[in-house]
Amino acid sequence: MDTQTLIYLFVGVSFAVYIGIAIWSRAGSTKEFYVAGGGVNPVVNGMATAADWMSAASFISMAGIIAFVGYDASVYLMGWTGGYVLLALLLAPYLRKFGQFTVPDFIGTRYYSKAARVVAVICLIFISFTYIAGQMRGVGIVFSRFLDVDITTGVIIGMGIVFVYSVLGGMKGITYTQVAQFCVLIFAYMVPAFFLSFMITGNPIPQLGLGSTVNDGSGLYVLEKLNLVLGDLGFGAYTDGQKSMIDVFCITLALMVGTAGLPHVIVRFFTVPKASDARKSAGWALVFIALLYTTAPAVGAFARLNFIDNVNEQSYSEAPGWFTNWESNDLIAFKDKNGDGKMQYRMGNAFDGKPEFTGTAGASGERAVSNTPVEGNANEVYVDQDIMVLANPEIGNLPGWVVALVAAGGLAAALSTAAGLLLVISASVSHDLLKQTFRPNISEKGELRAARIAATAAIIIAGYLGIYPPGWVAQVVAFAFGLAAATLFPAIFMGIFSKRMNKEGAIAGMISGLVFTFGYIFYFKLIAAPEANIAANWLFGISPEGIGVIGMLINFGVAIAVSMVTASPPLEVRKLVDSIRVPRGAGEAHVH
Amino acid sequence: MSHDTPQGHASEHDGPDALPDIDETTADGETNLREDAYWHENLRLLGVLMAIWFACSFGAGILFREWLDQFMLGGYPLGFWFAQQGSIYIFIALIFFYVVRMKQIEHKYDLDD
Repeated sequence: MDTQTLIYLFVGVSFAVYIGIAIWSRAGSTKEFYVAGGGVNPVVNGMATAADWMSAASFISMAGIIAFVGYDASVYLMGWTGGYVLLALLLAPYLRKFGQFTVPDFIGTRYYSKAARVVAVICLIFISFTYIAGQMRGVGIVFSRFLDVDITTGVIIGMGIVFVYSVLGGMKGITYTQVAQFCVLIFAYMVPAFFLSFMITGNPIPQLGLGSTVNDGSGLYVLEKLNLVLGDLGFGAYTDGQKSMIDVFCITLALMVGTAGLPHVIVRFFTVPKASDARKSAGWALVFIALLYTTAPAVGAFARLNFIDNVNEQSYSEAPGWFTNWESNDLIAFKDKNGDGKMQYRMGNAFDGKPEFTGTAGASGERAVSNTPVEGNANEVYVDQDIMVLANPEIGNLPGWVVALVAAGGLAAALSTAAGLLLVISASVSHDLLKQTFRPNISEKGELRAARIAATAAIIIAGYLGIYPPGWVAQVVAFAFGLAAATLFPAIFMGIFSKRMNKEGAIAGMISGLVFTFGYIFYFKLIAAPEANIAANWLFGISPEGIGVIGMLINFGVAIAVSMVTASPPLEVRKLVDSIRVPRGAGEAHVH
Repeated sequence: MSHDTPQGHASEHDGPDALPDIDETTADGETNLREDAYWHENLRLLGVLMAIWFACSFGAGILFREWLDQFMLGGYPLGFWFAQQGSIYIFIALIFFYVVRMKQIEHKYDLDD
C-alpha cells in the first residue's frame, strides 16, 4: 500500500474507534456529562488527563522548538510537567473532596459569592477559547499536509468528530476516547523516536541515546557534537540558553502554576472516586506525560543534527526528497544569496518574514521567494520549526506506516485537547451560569440539554476561530497560562490553605491579577510595536510569557491585604475548609 | 474501603488513645484535635516535598545550571540534564512518594477515605 492510502486508513480507523466509544459511553445524566459519573479508575483518568493535556503544540511543535533553541526550551519541559506536582500536592485531592462539578463551583461556594463564581467563569472561558482556537488550527494543518484537503475542510471534519463524542458522551465519552487517543499519540511519537535514536547513536531508547556517543566514529557525545557543529555555523551552544536567567525562571514558574490552574486539567480530577485517588491519578498522568516529554529533547537534538547533516552545503539539485516536499508546503525555503547553488545553513534569518513564493523557479530549481534577503549573515535556509516532528519519518527514511501513524497521532493530540476544553466551557455555561446563577429552577434534563447546546455553540465558535484565525491567536498562548496563574490558581490555593481568606479578598485578588496580567500581555503583544517587545522595556526583564508570576504575586498580596481589613468568612465556610482538608467521607460528587 | 477491615484499622495497632482526641477542639473551637494534628503533619510533609520540587527544577535546572554543567552525566552536562530530563523524573517520584506517605498518615489518624 502506498503512504497516502495508509494515512487514510490509519486516520479513518482511529476516527471510527473514537465515534464507536462515544456511542458506547453516552452520558445520561448531568453527573455523567460533567464528571463521568465520578467513578473513573485513577490510572485510566491519568491516561485521559495526559491526552487532554498534550495538545497539538506538545505533539507537533515542542520538539521543533527544542531543536532550534536548545536549553531555553527547558522552560516548557519543566513548566508543563512541574505543574502536576502542584496539582497532586496542593489542589487535586482537596478539590475532589469538595466534590462538585466545575472550578467556578469551588470558587463560588468557598467564597460564598455569585460574583466570585462569575469572575471565575469569565477567566475560564477566556483561557479555554484562547487555547482551543490553536487546537482546531492544528487539526486543519495536519489534514492539509497529510490528507490533501484544504484547511477549512479539515477543520470542519475535526469539528464533526469532536461534536459526536463530546456532545453525545460528555465527560464520560471524552474520558474513554482520550484513553484511545493517548495510545495513538504516544505510539506515534515513540516509534520514529526509537528509529532516530538507533540510527544516530545505536541505542534505541531516546532518553539514553541523547546521553550517548554519536555512532559516526568520532567518539563525540551527541550534545558535544551538536555544540561543535552549531558553533562552526555561528550559533550559540545548544546546551546554553539565550534568555536571561530571571526570564527562564519566571516563564517556568508561570507555566507550572498556570498548568495547575487550567480548568480543563483540574476538572479531570473530579472524575475519580476518592480524594486519595486524585493524588494517585495526578502521578499517573505525569508518568504518561513524561513518556513524551522526556523523549522530546532527544527528538529535538537528533532532528537538528540530521537537519544540518542533510542540508548544509548540499547543492539544491541533490537535496533530499523531504526537503522539496516540505518546500512545496511552504515550510522550508531556500534563497541562494551567494549564487553557488548550495544551501548554506547559518545563524540568522535568511530573509525577512515568512516566505512569499513568486511561483517561479530559481536558478537551481528551488521555489523562488520575493522576500528581501537579510544582509550580514550567510544563512540561505528558512525552516519552520513545526516540520521537525512531522518530517522526522521522512528524514529518517522510515516506512510509510510510520508517516501515517504520525498523522493519526497529531490529530489525536489536537482532538483530545479540544474536546476537554469544550467540555469545561459548556459546563461553566450550563452549570455555573444557568443552574447556579441565573436559572436555579432548571430541571436536570433541562440542564443536560443546555450543556449540549452550549457544547455545540462552543464547537462552532472554535471551528470559526480555526478557519479564520485572528492574527493574535499565536501571539496570546501566553494569555492562557498567565491568566490561569494570576487568577484561578491563587484563588483555589488560598481557598484550601487559608481559613481566613474571604470573598472580598479573593475577588479583589482575582481581579487585580487579571487586570495586571491581561494589560501587560495585551500591551506588549498587541499594542506595542514588535521591536519594543524586548528585555530592556520589560518589567524586571520579565517577558509577557513569564509575567503571570508577577500577576500571581499581586493576586496573593491584594487578597491577603483586603481580607485582613474585612470580615472573616462565616462559620459554615470555615467548617467547609476543615472538611475538604481531610479525605474521609469524600463519597460522591453530589448535586446540591 | 480499607478502614472497614480489621487489619486496616489504625486503632487496632495504636489503640484509640494514641490519637489526638476527635471530640476535643482547637483553641478557636472550630477544628477537632485529630484533624488538626493530621493537617499539620501534612503541611510539614508538603514543605519538605515542595523544597525538593524547587531545588531540582529551579535550583539545579536554572539557578545553578551553569555551575553544574561542569559535571557530566554520560553525555549530558549535569545542569542541562536536570533541566530537560532529571527534574521530570524527580517530579514523578515526589508525587508517588506523597501518595504512599499520605496513605500512611491518613491511616495513622484513622482519617483515610
